[in-house]
Amino acid sequence: MARKVFVEVTARFDTEGNVTPISLLWEDGTVYEIDRVLDVRRAASLKAGGMGFRYTVRINGRQSYLFYEAPKWFVEAKA
Amino acid sequence: MERVILHSDLNNFYASVECLYHPSLRGKPVAVSGDPELRHGIVLAKNDAAKACGVATGAPLWLARQKCPDIVFVQPHYDLYLQYSQIARKIYSEYTDQVEPFGLDECWLDVTGSTHLFGSGKTIADQLRERMKAELGVTASVGVSYNKIFAKLGSDMKKPDATTIIPSDRFREVVWPLPVSDLLYVGRATHNKLRRCGVRTIGNLAQTDQGFLQNLLGQNGAMLWLFANGLDTSPVSNIGAKSLIKSVGNSTTAPRDLVTDEEIRITLRVLCESVSARMRTYGFVCNTVQIGVRDNELRSYERQGKLCYPNRTAKALLEKAFELYKRSHISGKPVRSLSVRACDLLLYENEQLSLLPEIAAIQKRETLEGVVDDIRSRFGHFSIQSGLQLSDRQLSALHPRDDHLTYSESFAKGKI
Repeated sequence: MARKVFVEVTARFDTEGNVTPISLLWEDGTVYEIDRVLDVRRAASLKAGGMGFRYTVRINGRQSYLFYEAPKWFVEAKA
Repeated sequence: MERVILHSDLNNFYASVECLYHPSLRGKPVAVSGDPELRHGIVLAKNDAAKACGVATGAPLWLARQKCPDIVFVQPHYDLYLQYSQIARKIYSEYTDQVEPFGLDECWLDVTGSTHLFGSGKTIADQLRERMKAELGVTASVGVSYNKIFAKLGSDMKKPDATTIIPSDRFREVVWPLPVSDLLYVGRATHNKLRRCGVRTIGNLAQTDQGFLQNLLGQNGAMLWLFANGLDTSPVSNIGAKSLIKSVGNSTTAPRDLVTDEEIRITLRVLCESVSARMRTYGFVCNTVQIGVRDNELRSYERQGKLCYPNRTAKALLEKAFELYKRSHISGKPVRSLSVRACDLLLYENEQLSLLPEIAAIQKRETLEGVVDDIRSRFGHFSIQSGLQLSDRQLSALHPRDDHLTYSESFAKGKI
């Protein structure tokens, strides 16, 4: 089971209405830049408990999930 | 060409959504329940673990706890269920435009026209189940058949997360041995009547004379006979088809038994205000007011009366509802639940100004109540209340429009 951690996200909204997260602020105050968004789809987070748009992102070469559960963003953190 | 109909049922819907959002609950027996403090303490939904202990939907909480001491009760979150239901329907609508909801968690789909795009009924059903799991985090049971009744029957046969196919050439083997109570529209009363005549399985029902069933059960008897013989031809309605609103009503179980006229009036007033505001939203006026009363011994009845002039003001509804109550509640027993329903609806269109004092008074009242609606939408429901309601805050704390709106859509639209 994972912890559901809500995070502050800086995102770009383009003229087509696409939303691309650029960086996220972790709970310890570190800002992580998102190198690339690899995939976006609607998905449930069974680990942390939630449902929304799941962004598969690469941060420092590592792949991770970032969920947009309107109106908030969360990540699945280790318990 | 034979139709391909799917019936998709989200398993233990409320409980599944709660378990998804509270991972710590998974694996434990869970029931979604109303608030016992407000005397709404019954099981609304339960998960498989609770079901295995014999906990039934509708059971009071003490009974559920007796059967399953470890059970965890959680409060319902209707806004979340509604959101889930809408997303599920959106997913269905990617496969066909013929999607007919049956409550929040069930839907029929007619995919006859899209099998050449997406594959057979079974392929689509399996795909739907996978998508529900991945995208919504809940499981679904899907029945595949050539009519709505058997598709629904199929979705009930294997749970959770399963596809059941009832083909037209083999339905007798699959469907006929099932108990007759499994068939849609065979409720307790019908079941008892049929049992007394020795009709125990769907097969028995199919082989009974249709005329006999019609004598026994009326129009429904003939309909059930068609269902049992696989002759249901009712169409799956289009997703854009809005169900026709025939009445607007609200009901409540009061936090304590209502004894005095004052208490009845306060509760009726809350219900009438909600019904009246909803009629304004939908653009209706009504001719008839109906009340439902259930006393503390759970005996219930309904009474209705006509208004002198078609209108929708809470004042007129309340006067009529209270008059009906005074006339019909002769037993004087304390009242547990009340309901108010506006029927015989008309569209509210360009109304002419009238010199008749009664109509002029209604129009004045209408303006006043419209302003109250406006204030409430801007500053919150409880920002403005009548003096009567302030005399008992416990009874008037109800907001039926948000708290007690239930969503279900009628199935039989008088087609057979």
